[in-house]
Amino acid sequence: MEQAAGALTHPPRAASIGIVACGVCGRVQSADTTACTRCGAPLRRRKRDSIARTSAFLVAALIFYVPANVLPVMYTKVLGPGSESTILEGIVEFWKSGSWDIATLIFVASVGVPVTKFLVIGTLLVAAHRRTAWARAQRARLYRFVEAIGYWSMLDVIVVALVSALLHFRALGTAEPRLGIVFFGLVVVLMMLAAASFDARLIWSADT
Amino acid sequence: MSDPHVAADDPSAAVATRLQTLIVCDQCDAVFSRLSFARDESAFCRQCGAVLYRGSRLTTRDLLALTFAAAILFVVANVAPAIRITVNGMRNEVTLWEAVAALWHGYAVVMGVLAGIALIAVPALQISLLLWILGFAAFDRRAPGAAIGLRLLHAVRPWSMIEVFMLGVLVAIVKLSGLLHVVPGPGTYATMALAILLAVVAKRDVRSLWNRLPAP
Repeated sequence: MEQAAGALTHPPRAASIGIVACGVCGRVQSADTTACTRCGAPLRRRKRDSIARTSAFLVAALIFYVPANVLPVMYTKVLGPGSESTILEGIVEFWKSGSWDIATLIFVASVGVPVTKFLVIGTLLVAAHRRTAWARAQRARLYRFVEAIGYWSMLDVIVVALVSALLHFRALGTAEPRLGIVFFGLVVVLMMLAAASFDARLIWSADT
Repeated sequence: MSDPHVAADDPSAAVATRLQTLIVCDQCDAVFSRLSFARDESAFCRQCGAVLYRGSRLTTRDLLALTFAAAILFVVANVAPAIRITVNGMRNEVTLWEAVAALWHGYAVVMGVLAGIALIAVPALQISLLLWILGFAAFDRRAPGAAIGLRLLHAVRPWSMIEVFMLGVLVAIVKLSGLLHVVPGPGTYATMALAILLAVVAKRDVRSLWNRLPAP
């Protein structure tokens, strides 16, 4: 039987055999159920408007990424004249002062992670839109990867918070957050929402 | 009603019971037979490689004990200073709570709210919900509101960022150490331990907690 042979390589899809699993608790039930019989969450075969929502969050994040990098994220004044610095200037400063390890760490969290997320989510969206069968397993792995690393970009926001909280000696030094950090934090949140709205099942479905 | 005693008489209940022999990958929709495996074994999707089921060596009482520890560490992390600095004889220190409050002025308040959610509100909610649910489950009882509690735990999981705070403390110490005398405070060690405990009890797998609840 051809179908049985196919089943060995491709397991059946829940959607094609009339069952659905709760996205919250995982309980399997018949596809005509509207709310999960165990946890009460609404049951959906797919995430709602996945491609449209993910694209919207991605575009918004890309737009905010410009002011996030151009505007200063922090004002510092310690034992001397005050200065404002952007994220990239902060990284260069670490690098020049000899802390190449911390510079690399911040570069990965503030530039590497968001840029990787932009590229991966963008690729996933294009591929899902085209319903291609190209590199499915690799795309699935990439999706799980970007979903897991996204929130580490909040590092910069937390560093600004800590430094601002520590430095408020009137005479000797102060540090204050600047507008750039707001845009940067919003980029992180928007990209987390983009990853969460993307439905990984789109990678596998050529027909729906 | 998913009472196994009525399964023989009620055909829809019988179907519901038989469906529980299946497991569906929530990343690619593939359907597999649910195998019985040891408590600490995990299952992965053959098609896309995602986790189908995450096993754990820990008993419900172990989890409850770890959650109690997390609750204590959370309080310590909030009140004990994470970083101490001295400059020209002046001292200052900052706790997790004060770091969040530092963003609480001007337009940075947007990030203050976000940091408050990710570093304080969500971890506090995770710990209290787990104490409630596991506290009952450890004595083979189902906590009132357990279903809503577990749904909440599932929803807030991505927004818990204690481990990023830990890394932030490290970076802030290095950033300021060129200019001032900086040392990590007890809050930092509490935060480190809290990040590890929260990863074990609330981050890795909320879904398997359902199997620790007795039927309603």
